[in-house]
Amino acid sequence: MAKRYSAFGLFREGLRGHSGWQPAWRSPSPKPRYDAIIIGGGGQGLATAYYLAKNHGMTNVAVLEKSWLGGGNTGRNTTTIRSNYFYPESVALYDFALKLYEGLSRELNYNIMLSQRGVVTVSHSDAEMEMAARLVNAMQINGTDAELLDRDGVLAKAPLLNRTDQARYPIFGGTWQGRAGVARHDAVAWGYARAADGFGVDIIQNCEVTGFLIESGRCVGVETSLGEIRADATGLAVAGHSGVLAAKAGFQLPIRSYSLQAMVSEPVKPCLDTVVLYLGTGTYLFQSDKGEIVVGGGLDRVPSYAQRGNPPMQQTVISGMLEMFPSFGQLKMLRQWAGIVDVVPDSSPIIGPSPLPGLYLNCGWGTGGFKSIPAGGWLLAHLMVTGEHHEISRPFDLDRFVTGRLVDEAAGSGIAH
Amino acid sequence: MQLFSCPFCGPRDETEFLFAAEAGKTRPEPAADVSAERWSEYLYLGGNPRGATREIWQHLTCGEFFAMERDTVTHVVSVSHSLRGEEA
Repeated sequence: MAKRYSAFGLFREGLRGHSGWQPAWRSPSPKPRYDAIIIGGGGQGLATAYYLAKNHGMTNVAVLEKSWLGGGNTGRNTTTIRSNYFYPESVALYDFALKLYEGLSRELNYNIMLSQRGVVTVSHSDAEMEMAARLVNAMQINGTDAELLDRDGVLAKAPLLNRTDQARYPIFGGTWQGRAGVARHDAVAWGYARAADGFGVDIIQNCEVTGFLIESGRCVGVETSLGEIRADATGLAVAGHSGVLAAKAGFQLPIRSYSLQAMVSEPVKPCLDTVVLYLGTGTYLFQSDKGEIVVGGGLDRVPSYAQRGNPPMQQTVISGMLEMFPSFGQLKMLRQWAGIVDVVPDSSPIIGPSPLPGLYLNCGWGTGGFKSIPAGGWLLAHLMVTGEHHEISRPFDLDRFVTGRLVDEAAGSGIAH
Repeated sequence: MQLFSCPFCGPRDETEFLFAAEAGKTRPEPAADVSAERWSEYLYLGGNPRGATREIWQHLTCGEFFAMERDTVTHVVSVSHSLRGEEA
């Protein structure tokens, strides 16, 4: 186990010129056989490995990452964590993740810098206020925190918002979830990686899965750029590339991959201490600890595997930001990037057995994968060990596309993914 | 801004176009004989390819559906053509 991090240890290393730090995880060569392997070394995959070891005592586990840890969507998202969903199934899932996040820094002995600064979603008409009240009521009944704000309540949360009479999207009020917030995305991946490694999990980077080993109709491992690796259970947690891996395993998924963009401004002095989303513009933003304004919006509308994003959506997002915060017109934008997200027709994730026995799915999070990392990992681990659903993951099985029992959050809570 | 080519209107901004579906799907008929599994497959499943793909798009301005072959990584469009008088 790596050395325990502490304030005292940091102080001691400061006096020693920081010469005593050890790598946070090993870089082993793959063994020919494991009890379980997980494809994808992002947050979801690393969390799965951690919970396999912690909850189920399964430590002969490997995480296979084709590139570097957390270099896909875990390192590209805008780090917002919330559970403001409409359906009971969704709140059970996302609030489970939020609760795990609340204790995660202590549990992993790794500061994920969780900041529960709240999310305000702004409504622009009486009709939208009625829908906001409906969502708040549903969230409260489902057991998570939610509050309906009037115009003054919204402006108290974010005083710089556009309050003029000329606003294209006037502020009527909004919904508030105070437990929501942001966390340091890289730290979530690194913290899970370090803790999983501490249990003996092998984290293998630069190891691309090129095919599946199938014997008697069952997945018994994978072919990789580093050779064959066998396992009793294989988990797939590769977000936007789920379709590519599914094709290698011989089945198709109800998933389409799109680019989701984000951008940050230069750092400025503190001016916004919450996360703000406008229903009208679809743009959301917050201020990072470094002072950058982090801005995101909807999906590019062209199915894509290009991790860069197209200019029309940048224009939409930026014009939305200027409508919301006219004073941000003076900001200089520093960086823009995109991740490839796995969008499902009902905007809810897919957790469950795949059509290939021995292979289990954790995908379809769309734009909401980061906020659900602890829950996704916990539930996939449960599935891989027991072969059965946890009660929280049951509604999100692939079979809902045959039975028709969809969990349509695009209609329920108006989310973009 | 990328330009896509409508077979009827010529090159136009990408924002005028809507992705409809992957090409090559045929609606299973007759409805009474179609199982839930087969219908789900038709409605929801797709190859979602990384690289070369053939898709059905709509030019929202003129309303026409047409086929477009492009690459989902480079976004290069190789060809787009009318669907009139042929199977998708």
